[in-house]
Amino acid sequence: MSTAKKSAPMRSALGRVRHLGSAKEGVQHWWAQRLTALALVPLTLWFVASIAWLAGADHAGFTGWVARPHNALLMILLLGAGFHHAQLGLQVVIEDYVHGEGAKLAALIVVKFAALLLALAGIFAVLKIAFGA
Amino acid sequence: MAKTARPLSPHISIYSWKFTMLLSILHRATGIALAAGTLLLVYWLSAAASGAAAFADAQGLIGSWFGLLVLFGFSYALFFHLCNGIRHLFWDAGYGFDLGTAWASALATVFVSAALTVIAWLAGISFMGGL
Repeated sequence: MSTAKKSAPMRSALGRVRHLGSAKEGVQHWWAQRLTALALVPLTLWFVASIAWLAGADHAGFTGWVARPHNALLMILLLGAGFHHAQLGLQVVIEDYVHGEGAKLAALIVVKFAALLLALAGIFAVLKIAFGA
Repeated sequence: MAKTARPLSPHISIYSWKFTMLLSILHRATGIALAAGTLLLVYWLSAAASGAAAFADAQGLIGSWFGLLVLFGFSYALFFHLCNGIRHLFWDAGYGFDLGTAWASALATVFVSAALTVIAWLAGISFMGGL
């Protein structure tokens, strides 16, 4: 037993010998949530301004607006970043409040599948309008 | 894991309520509300994609008093989550942690998000009259 311990390593001796350690993905969820948040700041402002601008527009007016390339692109970005951000956030809420392992897993699966389905449905609708089907 | 009756650290119920705590839980609540609200966005886009009749139905639903109420709530939740989210991003970068700043930015979040909501609705109403 050494008396002068300068720093007690948290990693096991075997782990150090094998160079095992962090897979460098510990902050992946946190980082993805911040990146999507950052993207959503301008996208949200653009979205709300657009909705206000489109208030009272008829079908032709609305689809004509969506079909313009930059609007279609920004709407797809909004849907992608928005649903990714939403499912990351809901995941944390579920992990915090749903304690039963089975219920937690079920809720996570539902949220992740629903977010992907809704994002794709929204993007599909935008593309359908944009390509004039 | 075996459940043992170990002493627990103090939980939420033991602290007195603070304004900043209210914003913290509202950030989560508005986040959940916005996630639910995205259903409306996807419905709206899908209705527009499927044709004029479906779009008219969607517009009728959103334009009803209940639809407008939901939309108003959605818009405030969106602005609140946006403003408070920017506050969180500053914290993530290491700024604004002291009590005075946290309190001031909380107050700013409430007022700026309310002001943005009013501005957005006034803009929407004026464009509606203009179209």
